[in-house]
Amino acid sequence: MYVAVKGGERAIEASWRLLDKERRGDTHLAELSVAQIRAQLRLAVARVMTEGSVYDEELAALAIKQAAGDLVEAIFLLRAYRTTLPRFGYTEPLKTEAIHAERRISATFKDVPGGQLLGPTYDYTQRLLDFALLADGDDAHGAPPDHAATAQLAGKAQTAAAEPMPRVVALLNKEGLIEQESITPDAPEPGDLSREPLAFPASRATRLQNLARGDEGFLLAMGYATQRGYAHSHPFAGEIRFGSVAVEMELDELGEAVEIGDIDITECQMINQFAGSAEAPPSFTQGYGLAFGHSERKAMAMALVDRALRAEELGETLRSPTQDVEFMLSHSDNVEASGFVQHLKLPHYVDFQSELELVRKLRAKHAAAAAAGGTASAASANAHDEHAAASARSAAQQAERQSASNPGENNAEGNATSAAQEQAA
Amino acid sequence: MNARDTAAPAPDYDSAAEGYNFAYLDEQTKRMIRRALLKAVAVPGYQVPFAAREMPLPFGWGTGGIQVTASIIGRDDTLKVIDQGSDETTNAVNIRRFFARTAGVKTTRRTVEASIVQTRHRIPETPLTDQQILVYQVPNPEPLYRLEPRVAESRKLHALADYGLISVKLYEDIVHHGSIATTYDYPVIVNNRYLASPSPIPKYDNPKMHMNPALQLFGAGRERRIHAIPPYTPVRSLDFDDHPFEVQRWDHACALCGSTQSFLDEMIVDDSGKRMFVCSDSDYCHERREQQAGANDAGEHA
Repeated sequence: MYVAVKGGERAIEASWRLLDKERRGDTHLAELSVAQIRAQLRLAVARVMTEGSVYDEELAALAIKQAAGDLVEAIFLLRAYRTTLPRFGYTEPLKTEAIHAERRISATFKDVPGGQLLGPTYDYTQRLLDFALLADGDDAHGAPPDHAATAQLAGKAQTAAAEPMPRVVALLNKEGLIEQESITPDAPEPGDLSREPLAFPASRATRLQNLARGDEGFLLAMGYATQRGYAHSHPFAGEIRFGSVAVEMELDELGEAVEIGDIDITECQMINQFAGSAEAPPSFTQGYGLAFGHSERKAMAMALVDRALRAEELGETLRSPTQDVEFMLSHSDNVEASGFVQHLKLPHYVDFQSELELVRKLRAKHAAAAAAGGTASAASANAHDEHAAASARSAAQQAERQSASNPGENNAEGNATSAAQEQAA
Repeated sequence: MNARDTAAPAPDYDSAAEGYNFAYLDEQTKRMIRRALLKAVAVPGYQVPFAAREMPLPFGWGTGGIQVTASIIGRDDTLKVIDQGSDETTNAVNIRRFFARTAGVKTTRRTVEASIVQTRHRIPETPLTDQQILVYQVPNPEPLYRLEPRVAESRKLHALADYGLISVKLYEDIVHHGSIATTYDYPVIVNNRYLASPSPIPKYDNPKMHMNPALQLFGAGRERRIHAIPPYTPVRSLDFDDHPFEVQRWDHACALCGSTQSFLDEMIVDDSGKRMFVCSDSDYCHERREQQAGANDAGEHA
């Protein structure tokens, strides 16, 4: 009877103390510092910044520490903090083609102007647990850091970054093979999802904002689904870049844009086939993904989903949930999803009591009806069982026939809706 | 059980809320919410979209109600928070302490003392007055969402007052079960125009919404909608002429206060499944027992 017990206030306070203790863990071990998390768990920090939609490595690291490593909880902490911050204005669009790339790859061309740069990646590690890391102390491998090699690496990265790096998708433009992202004349300013409620239909700018804040796991699963045939569009990783880019903002006092800092970003441009329509010849189209820090999985999944959500704009047939803007955008946010799923922990006993009363009533009715109609068949229990089995078989056959006569895939929801509409009509 | 918790020490909140605005939200956000509230009051039952913020409590745990309360509460207000009718459930305690901490307002467990009552899943048994505001926490403000999950579609249906879908649903209930099988979040027509969700209150509470002297505000944080029922507004629970709307009835009286006029919770009190029925509204139950004790004392002294 946890809801009926008294002293909820003291219980909550005690729970906070326990939580603190559990988070700290064994006090014989040194406490983890925020600086360590920031420096050594950089990928976790990147995810929390992206989905928390605040670029602040220190606060993200603090949130991870406070949440004991639960990244969705850390994202929530950061978002709840973000919402209290004043809004000074909006920066200029990032010039990502001027990125100082630490990594840049294209899966569509063997060589591209500006070169391919592998950079730090887990891609070609052999996933063997490195037991050397188990040993205590820094640099467990024992070898002193090879300064010359590191310097050489850094130097290489810089030369590469210094070369101009035109976008891979722009290279295809010479032949008109791929649609180009261009600013629509008289386009309205993009909305701000953190200040305005999400409304449908949603513009691409709004959709991208939603996906950028969206849960990596959700986008990964949905992007994966598009690869497995749920709105397949033959994607190629046109270009993936990770590096730092300058942020510029126009200041009223100066009347011009000035650099206010650099941020690390990961950008992905997916190239997807487009079969063409009555108006447009077959060509390649784009899906776009952007994330803070080094977040390739997120950026790629986002690009796949972005492309799937462009179905309506491109005149493609809508046949999968991954193309359904309302379905996708309404369920991508993990702060919302986590809150609502877990609100089931709250007491619902008033509603449950109401349902209990209803089910008892319905069961009483059912029993009364069975008693009235079942006296004849009750003579032989076996006969009754056989009858039940037979009717179950026929129901199954009927269901099979129905699904056979309905070859459309993935439209269970559509069927239910149209059935409901028919009934309404 | 259903007695006020008197042992809790008065907490010192002032230091904890430093650096935050009164009632947590910044004034700009409060103004935005107040504009939505005014529109909602002007068009009773209509769902007004608003830019709900992330709150320091999770979505789905009352953030809509909290934002509405935060934007209407003043320093002189007295706040009561209930969840499932009780002031003592952990979430009610948590929200109450949130406001005590961020707004420093007086809180109460007595319905009659409160100027604002924030609630989840119940309307207090004690009748409200025109000096009070009832703020509901709403998980899903759209009464049609089980029938039409697309917001773009359901907004059209509201605009056209095309509520055939829900009538068909209730009709199907009657065909399948012999009666309407909706027991909570029972849909209502507000001011003879908009179909609205009363939030998941038991249908037992629905009649209390009709012509209530108090202002009723509904906040759905996750779904980013606000709707309202202004004082003295007609609210009709959907039904059919031959299947009129009915509320739940119990064969029991409250085991503590003996009331037969309140919503009762069922509790399992031992391993063999023995049951006990008590008022869901803890303040109502407590007040009645105080009165009875008072009457007994007076009787003894007379």
